[in-house]
Amino acid sequence: MNAPALQPQTSAWSIYRAMVGIGAFCALVIVVVFQTTAARIRENQERYLAAAISDVLPATRRTTAVAAEDGKLVTTGESLALPVFLSYDDQNQLVGAVVTAEGMGYQDNIRVLYSYSFEQNAIVGFKILDSKETPGLGDRAEKEPHFIANFEALDVSLNDRGDALENPIVTVKQGEKTDPWQIDGITGATITSVAIGNLLNDSAKVWIPILEKDAAAIQADAGGGQ
Amino acid sequence: MASKEVTPTDEFVKGLWRDNPVFVQVLGMCPALAVSNTAMNALAMGLATTFVLLMSGLSVSLLRSFIPREARIVTFICIIATFVTSVDYLIQAISLELHRALGAFIALIVVNCLILGRAEAFASKNRPGRALLDGFGMGIGFTLALLFIGVVREILGSGSIFGFAILPDNFQTWTVMVLPSGGFFAMALWLLIVNRLKQRGAEAEKQAKGVAS
Repeated sequence: MNAPALQPQTSAWSIYRAMVGIGAFCALVIVVVFQTTAARIRENQERYLAAAISDVLPATRRTTAVAAEDGKLVTTGESLALPVFLSYDDQNQLVGAVVTAEGMGYQDNIRVLYSYSFEQNAIVGFKILDSKETPGLGDRAEKEPHFIANFEALDVSLNDRGDALENPIVTVKQGEKTDPWQIDGITGATITSVAIGNLLNDSAKVWIPILEKDAAAIQADAGGGQ
Repeated sequence: MASKEVTPTDEFVKGLWRDNPVFVQVLGMCPALAVSNTAMNALAMGLATTFVLLMSGLSVSLLRSFIPREARIVTFICIIATFVTSVDYLIQAISLELHRALGAFIALIVVNCLILGRAEAFASKNRPGRALLDGFGMGIGFTLALLFIGVVREILGSGSIFGFAILPDNFQTWTVMVLPSGGFFAMALWLLIVNRLKQRGAEAEKQAKGVAS
């Protein structure tokens, strides 16, 4: 029989040794890099969030992180996936709230930060924190001046009972905005602008009633701000 | 042996032109087309890939006698994934904005066939010094190719270069150039230019040989 020539057999031990050895080497490299960069990454994230909060609510000098527990607003020390902050000025006066919200866009989740003014009962600032929308189309939601102008005073007044929005936030076709609770959409980025309207509405209908009810009772936390 | 005749300079230079990973070997097309919508993204992706090429090439070369043939793919991928994870952390530590712009493509460096290709075809058979030179040449060649594509796309698609506006405000930008299809157009343009230049070089060489004989 013409049996193929046998190659020298590699022992199972040397395969095992190589794989375990390389695995340990890789684990060591990753842990060292992670440990070295972790503090810097956390600093960057905090700086990025603080800058974003200042962008959406420029009067902010100090913030207190809050969370909702059984429908009540409480201060929290934990960093939540979608953090919410009460914002205070130089004199420790409450100037508004800054809320993180997330929802599905065209490509992936869109993560935004918006600010709420207790005086105006309106969303007064808006910034996209993270989005993978199509360059040139969906990402115009970050740059288009007429779209950003929607969030100078987007009405989110509560109903008489104070437990829901008087009018839900809706996105309308570009140029068809008639009411202050409507978002003037972007032609060519319809899905993204509708997604932003929906995620703001979903977040605002939960958070605005709680913030309106309890925010004034929470004092500025001098130590825990950013 | 053939490798004895190749000088260290040749080892470095081959990745820049003769065996350019993008324009000649046509490897690593996914990041080359997807992340070259601006010159800055292209440069960052190129440098991240160069770092992974260098570190994985060095590690594979140092460990080549320790890795049996049967376990080479799994161990190479493990080494490459380790350095991609490292570069991901490093970019986050340098700039979160840059990390946001590169998005999922940093993680996808793991499956860039250029890196596994160099580990398998070169680093696993050569000394660490040569593996480093090869990785560096290929990395710089890849970075330059991405940069060439990125510059064309950014100028036509956004009217700017590295974020600085260079075309007049009344220039109507070609949105298609920043979309994925723009990557194919820019790539085709550069392939045309590179192949034409190579063809002319080969013809000139042929003529010179003809004259000499």
